[in-house]
Amino acid sequence: MNCRQVVELMTEYIEGTLPSDERTRFEEHIAGCDGCRAYLAQMRTARTLARRLADEPVPPTIERELLDAFRNWRRL
Amino acid sequence: MGESINDPDRDALKAGDEAAFQSLIQRYHGPMLRLAMTYVGDRGVAEDVVQEAWLTCVRSLDRFEGRSSLKTWIFGIVINVARSRRRKESRILPFASFWRRDDSDSHRPTVDQSRFGSDGMWRSGPPSWDNIPESKVLADETVQQVRAAIEALPAKQREVIVLRDVAGFEPGEVSALLGISPASERVRLHRARAAVRKALEEYLR
Repeated sequence: MNCRQVVELMTEYIEGTLPSDERTRFEEHIAGCDGCRAYLAQMRTARTLARRLADEPVPPTIERELLDAFRNWRRL
Repeated sequence: MGESINDPDRDALKAGDEAAFQSLIQRYHGPMLRLAMTYVGDRGVAEDVVQEAWLTCVRSLDRFEGRSSLKTWIFGIVINVARSRRRKESRILPFASFWRRDDSDSHRPTVDQSRFGSDGMWRSGPPSWDNIPESKVLADETVQQVRAAIEALPAKQREVIVLRDVAGFEPGEVSALLGISPASERVRLHRARAAVRKALEEYLR
C-alpha cells in the first residue's frame, strides 16, 4: 500500500469498516509513514472540530415557547 | 425493525417530563439548526424550520411508536420540514445550484495527485500540526473555518457530515435517515472530511 492509496482509506479506517486484511496493511503503512500519520490525525481533528458546531445555545425565547407548547400538549 | 426499542428519553417525554424535553432541546437544537441549514441556506429560515420541527414532534409524540430511536425520529422530522420548506422557497427563489451536479459519489482522489511521487508516496506530505499550540488548533476561529468548509460542500456531502460528525449519529443510522446505502454514506463522508481537513491545512499553515 502506498500513501496515495492509504489516504483514500482513511474514513473506512476511522469508521471501522475496513476489512481486516486491509486494516492490517493500512496500520503497517501508517506505522512507518509520518505523512500518513499526520493526515490521519488531521482527519480525526476535523471530526472533533465539526462536533463543536453542535454547541449552539438555544435562544431563550425559543426555548420558552417550545416548553409552553410541550406543557399545552400535556393538557390536551 | 418492528420491535420497540428501549429509550429513556422517549418514555420521559411521553410521560410529560418537562426537564427531559428541555434537556433534549439543549442537546439537539444546535445540530438541528446545522442540519436545517444544509437544506435552506438562510439562517433565519433554518431557525423557523427547527422550531416547526420541534412543534411537529410535540404534536406527534402520541403517535410515535418508537420503532426508531427518538433522536432518529426527531432529525427525520427536521429533514422533512426542511426539504418541504426548500421546495416552497425554490418556487420563489432560484436555488438551481442546490442539487447541482456534484462529485459526492465519485471515487476520484480527494488529495491533489501532484502531492505524490510516481511511486505513490508523499512528495509533499501534510505538515504536522504537532508544533501548533492546541489552543490554536481547537480555537473558536478554527471551528468557524470548519463551519465555512462544511457550508461550501455539495448538499449530499453536507447532510452526511452534519448527521455523522456534528449530530453524532452512528454510521448505519445516517444512511437509514437519508435513504442511501451505507457505501454511499462512507464515500460522501470521506469526501466531506477530506475537504474539511484540506481547509484546515490551509488555515493552519
